[in-house]
Amino acid sequence: MTNYILRQGLVHSASGEEIADVLIVDGKIAAVAKKIDAPSGTVEIDAKDCWVGPGFVDIHTHLREPGREEAETIESGALAALMGGYTAIVAMPNTEPALDNVALVSYVLDKGARTPIDVAVAGAITQGRKGELLAPMAEMAELGVRLFTDDGTGVQSPSLMRRALSYAKPLGVTLAQHCEDEDLAGGGSMNEGEYSAKLGLIGRPALAEELMLLRDLELVKLTGAKMHFLHMSTQNSVALISAAKKAGLPVTFEIAPHHFTLDESACSDFDALFKVHPPLRTKTDVAALRDALRDGSVDAVATDHAPHAPELKDLAFDEAPAGMLGLEHAASLTVDAVGDGNSGRFFEVMSRGPARIAQLRHSDARVRHSGQGGDLVVGEDANLVVFDPSAKYVVDRDKLHSRSTNTPYHGRELRGKARVTIAKGRAFNEQGEIA
Amino acid sequence: MITSIRGGNLLSLNNVSKEAILEVLDTAESFVEVNKRTIKKVPALKGRVVASLFFEESTRTRLSFETAAKRLSADVLSLAVASSSVKKGESLRDTIATIDALGIDAVVMRHQSSGAALQVSKYVPHVHVLNAGDGQHQHPTQGLLDAFTVRQVLAERRGTSGLESGAELFQGLRVLIVGDIRHSRVARSDIAAYAALGAEVRIAAPGTLLPSSLEGWPVTVVDDFDEALAWADVVGLLRLQKERGTGSFVPGLGEFTQSYGLTLSRQKLLKPSALIMHPGPMNRGVEIDSRVADSSQAIIERQVANGVPVRMAALYLTIAGSSEGSDND
Amino acid sequence: MSSTNERQTPNGGLTFFAKSQLLSADDVARGLKRMAHEIVERNESLDDVVIIGLQTGGKPFAEKIVELLRDISKSEVPLGMLDVSFYRDDLSLHPVAKSAQTIIDEDLTGKTVILVDDVLYTGRTIRASFNALSDYGRPNAIQLCVMVDRGHRELPIRPDFVGKNLPTSEAEAIVANLEGVWIGEKK
Repeated sequence: MTNYILRQGLVHSASGEEIADVLIVDGKIAAVAKKIDAPSGTVEIDAKDCWVGPGFVDIHTHLREPGREEAETIESGALAALMGGYTAIVAMPNTEPALDNVALVSYVLDKGARTPIDVAVAGAITQGRKGELLAPMAEMAELGVRLFTDDGTGVQSPSLMRRALSYAKPLGVTLAQHCEDEDLAGGGSMNEGEYSAKLGLIGRPALAEELMLLRDLELVKLTGAKMHFLHMSTQNSVALISAAKKAGLPVTFEIAPHHFTLDESACSDFDALFKVHPPLRTKTDVAALRDALRDGSVDAVATDHAPHAPELKDLAFDEAPAGMLGLEHAASLTVDAVGDGNSGRFFEVMSRGPARIAQLRHSDARVRHSGQGGDLVVGEDANLVVFDPSAKYVVDRDKLHSRSTNTPYHGRELRGKARVTIAKGRAFNEQGEIA
Repeated sequence: MITSIRGGNLLSLNNVSKEAILEVLDTAESFVEVNKRTIKKVPALKGRVVASLFFEESTRTRLSFETAAKRLSADVLSLAVASSSVKKGESLRDTIATIDALGIDAVVMRHQSSGAALQVSKYVPHVHVLNAGDGQHQHPTQGLLDAFTVRQVLAERRGTSGLESGAELFQGLRVLIVGDIRHSRVARSDIAAYAALGAEVRIAAPGTLLPSSLEGWPVTVVDDFDEALAWADVVGLLRLQKERGTGSFVPGLGEFTQSYGLTLSRQKLLKPSALIMHPGPMNRGVEIDSRVADSSQAIIERQVANGVPVRMAALYLTIAGSSEGSDND
Repeated sequence: MSSTNERQTPNGGLTFFAKSQLLSADDVARGLKRMAHEIVERNESLDDVVIIGLQTGGKPFAEKIVELLRDISKSEVPLGMLDVSFYRDDLSLHPVAKSAQTIIDEDLTGKTVILVDDVLYTGRTIRASFNALSDYGRPNAIQLCVMVDRGHRELPIRPDFVGKNLPTSEAEAIVANLEGVWIGEKK
């Protein structure tokens, strides 16, 4: 295994940050100090003007394997993640067929293990994600699955959701909910409001999200089970969860980069690239999410990376599938939102928070997973990112590592880029593995 | 803001200026004359190809557009997509690319999805796209022909011509639009056209058939339908779109008629000079009583008749138009 | 005339700078009167004559000719207006002008149509007008009356009645109305 030394980066730990060298030997952090004399044969990596911290963890990635390999495979998705600075991702179960049993989960874990990064799996809560019968969560938990969700849609039935929480609680796993009441969302394709009314598109009201969130917060109160809320998108949702947390409920939530960078007006040209569920909301919501990101309310930034083949995004807006790419630009968008000098918040929402929610830390380590989201201390697994917060680049959808091109940021100039990602002790940059 | 549709597209009336709308109306006046002649045809678009692409069938609008194109001497490729092998699910890009490969100058298209015409205009920027109705979004030629018809009738009453009156007759004109505004592309285009021309627009509908938001709409919602009828100079009714599931938005057709239908007794509340309009096809007995529809206040047949000259103007200006000046010769 | 006198050609189109006035209002009136007499001489009877002005430049001249014919022969000659926009072969250069409607109230079959225009140049407007007129019937004869013939014909068309022959260069523009005739530069 190649050994590396990261020279003179701003090394980030939970306790603070300082300019230092980081020595990586045999996939582990071997030393962190102001100046290290590296043994011969160690590969030097210049980290000057960069942040060195725990590799990013995405707890909301849609790999399209099995079923939609033309849009994304486990391999291509993992590569896109690696290039975005991620050292671990959690694959969502809404593949075709859905990841609702041990055989399918094993298939993804096995293929994931052949990629440079850690690929964890979120299992389905219900069989076939149909919202009718519980999936075998205990069996999947034995394989190491710690998150369960029917993401794509939420579990609509309150009684079934109650049962799922009661069943999950003793397993030590977390249920993650896509909050949208589909009855209220009414087959809509964008946020309900000024723009949907003008554009003649059926709207998905904010209330569809908030009503299910309210229901589930009450179910958490009732069952005492842990729950994670996926891609919260409204000002009110953030307020509701923050209040519930204050009241001591075991809940966490994530927000997605598109929800804190784009608003509903982006749908004005009927470009299905901007179609996503939950939908892009109002400018007020965007501002509220950015505030929540800075003030510490948000537990994690998660991409909801949702590749779709181009022919599907060429359908009419209401007929096209929802979702957009996220892995390769989430870090740039997040650093912009938390602010330049705020590396503490940045690594909290990009790495530590998500690792904690998905139970991927060193202390959670289990079969097939190395430790994620940890401090840079001797003995930790080397899952790191060398992030240049001031590197500028223009998004080019034809140069992405994902198999799909459905990014809403094509042509935009962004700032902040992973220069080197070290996953399970191996260092990669845009040219490939550094050896 | 689009200040002229010359050489461009006609996708929506939302961002189209008063001048651009007047240009279409004024041009249409010339085509009214053509439509009155024995030989109802001019060579203006000779050799040009207009594809008529109806993903959602509408015999009336398709015939009106195709007649307009033929009277301008254009060749018409009529594709009844709704009943052809092009199924829902084929990308718009593929469908339009196939048709574009045949060599066309313009597309007239109707689609069940809002925004479809705008999407197509981006796929084939060299082709002029005329929106003949997209989902619940816009139906610009209907908005134009409604405004044209109002101007024509009011000008006749004054003993002048529509052309001479410009936008003057719309100043302060009171327009009341009634019915399923939420799901209506006609309402969205009508409101944009009337408001741009200077009319005061009010809307009346059951709460469920109002748009989910009226932010940015140049309208006020009336509380009392009967009072609003006495106020109005023009009453525009809309088709209650039963086939689009509007049924679940009102308790029943009977109740809708009771509260928002233009019945014989409600017609008596109207000023004698008020005009009654409907884009068709009418649900007689639902939004409008049959006898009201056939009364002298109703100008519904003129709307239909004006469809051809207004669409001729839209086709002529977009396809042949250019804002360059002329020289004496 | 001031050298910076900015004027518009008819049809709401080109703006040009009038360099000099070539004919005065009196010259124009005299030219019209002479042409009216020529029309009477040329046609045995005015019973089947219809005057048709070409929109928009020919309109005032056509109206004036009808007036003059009334004075000379005490007969009322029908007047029509023709807009040839939809019949042009150089369409994109000629948008429809406002208030340039065609008004021809009668069947032209068997009539002698006298087309009246302000300036005769390439002849393309006249060619388009032949097509247009044929959609209103089959005239026995068509005669052409223009205030100014400035040359540069691109088609085999020759006027029957000319107010004034004015040799010009193609870079120049001409404006003719009842107040006079100006020559200038295209802007």
